Amino acid sequence: MLALQILIDGFAISALYALGATGFTLIFGVSGVLNLSHGAIMVAAAVAAWAAASVLHLDIYTGALFGVGVALIVSFATYFAVVKPIQNSTRIPNEEKEIFVLTGTLLWGIMIQELIAYFFTNNAKTVLPIVEGVVDVFGNRTPRNNIFTALVCCLVIGLLWLLVNRTRTGKAVLAASMNPRGVTLLGLELTQIYIVVWGIYGILAGIAGVLLGMFLGVSSYSVGPLTASAFSIVVLGGLGSVSGSLIAAFVVGYLETITAYMISPAYRTIPALLLLVFVMYIRPQGLLGRR
Amino acid sequence: MAGFFTSRLFFISLACVAVAATLPLYVSGYILGLLTVAFYFGVFAMAWDLLFGFAGEVNFGPTFLIGTGAYTAGILNNQYGWSVYVCILLGALASVVAGFVLALPALRVRGPYFGLTTLVAVLMLQNFVVVLADLTGGEIGLTIPDVITINAGANYWIALGFMTISAAVLYGLSQSPVGLVLQASGQDPVQAGALGFNIVKHKLAAFIVSAFFSGLSGALLVFYFGTASVGTVVDVAVGVNVIVSAVLGGRRTVLGAALGAIFLIVAGEFLRPTGELATFIVSAVALLVVLFFPGGFLGAALSREARS
Repeated sequence: MLALQILIDGFAISALYALGATGFTLIFGVSGVLNLSHGAIMVAAAVAAWAAASVLHLDIYTGALFGVGVALIVSFATYFAVVKPIQNSTRIPNEEKEIFVLTGTLLWGIMIQELIAYFFTNNAKTVLPIVEGVVDVFGNRTPRNNIFTALVCCLVIGLLWLLVNRTRTGKAVLAASMNPRGVTLLGLELTQIYIVVWGIYGILAGIAGVLLGMFLGVSSYSVGPLTASAFSIVVLGGLGSVSGSLIAAFVVGYLETITAYMISPAYRTIPALLLLVFVMYIRPQGLLGRR
Repeated sequence: MAGFFTSRLFFISLACVAVAATLPLYVSGYILGLLTVAFYFGVFAMAWDLLFGFAGEVNFGPTFLIGTGAYTAGILNNQYGWSVYVCILLGALASVVAGFVLALPALRVRGPYFGLTTLVAVLMLQNFVVVLADLTGGEIGLTIPDVITINAGANYWIALGFMTISAAVLYGLSQSPVGLVLQASGQDPVQAGALGFNIVKHKLAAFIVSAFFSGLSGALLVFYFGTASVGTVVDVAVGVNVIVSAVLGGRRTVLGAALGAIFLIVAGEFLRPTGELATFIVSAVALLVVLFFPGGFLGAALSREARS
């Protein structure tokens, strides 16, 4: 019975992790950017959805859409205000751009976090779930919201797969992640591909953020842990490998759920961190990463 | 190296230290207390810059080294009541051991992977501090019975002296042949290795030196505060401040890192009337510096001097 409960509970949180990490790894794969404002964007989406419902009194669906829209705007702002100026800067040596992007997005994330804290306080906010109530799954009482979260995550990831593998734009994105120079030689504008990727990223992070707000609730304190968990899932799976991130998200999600149920919720994150150190030691490129 | 003692930078730093040393004679204890913390923070930032600016390793976990030193010293004093100086020394040594343990797996990987390994180290330390609450005081913090002294002026002079000595050692090291090898291995590890330098050994040495100063400074800081807590010496946010200080002051300058740290702490205090927006403003200023003056304060000043 406990095993089944862990299986059901773990699935929703893992799917959520997977959704959050997919966008993160997509950006790295295509433009080599590790976006450390990731957690802030997710929290911004959740808080916007919450504010739309409780401050502007919009209905749940509009609120959720509003949250995703805010994430999309913040994502573009991150690209145009922080990442692009650093990438185009002539004063920063090329080999140091990576650390500047890391520092820049980190500071940007802190700014977003502080603004949220200033306008909406540090209190935890829970977005009203779209579906309510509990349902009985093989004798386990499961909130409908858990199932809804898992379904939406799987659906969105499936759509992303279709977009990347079946459309012209998606194929251009895929090609850019393999060989940026080759893509420009084929006459495609690299900047346009980056904009598309940041757009996809914004939508993914937004959906993940809103769902997280319904599932666990968020506060401005969640920014750091969210970024750290996305970062570790992505590295565990192999930077830039979307399928690796999906596997890693489920490994981490279940490991946390098992620890929380079997040992104690206080130890929740420790086994995942130990696993990460272990994987870094024996296979530094991650589960499915290429070097 | 010999040229340094006649350079303008040397005289400017000497003048700054001399002026700073006279401060306790005419400013209030409040400002002294603020600067004391800022000076210890300056050492954190300089130790970090040695690793990043020269060895080219993005260490996201400065607080792993700082926290290990601080908590070791604090726990020894709290549990066994050993003398303050023994505790501080053992704290610094524990930090060196921690640096060694972290460096061995971490130096096998590069770039973002290295960053993540160090970040994970901080998260683990944070978890252990909370889990082993009986020993560490958990989230409330660890009370430390002894202090070095309660005189604000004396504390200030200790911090200033410590920062000056650390700056001299770290700057000297960065300008020495060892520093040049580090810089070369940070910029092009393959070529530096091909020239016959043992990169891993040099980076390990940099790690240990960085760990020693971070741990020592962390231990001194807890004996100044009289308490050690996750929020002051371990939290990722503290590490972020260290990184921002170093980048703000000018990476690869060592001395600039201390400048950045002092600026960050003092600016944070001056902005206190703005309430919760203080962190926002400091981050925004730091972001603007990163975007428009990537060399930082000292980097911009030095390149102007070099040009003229």
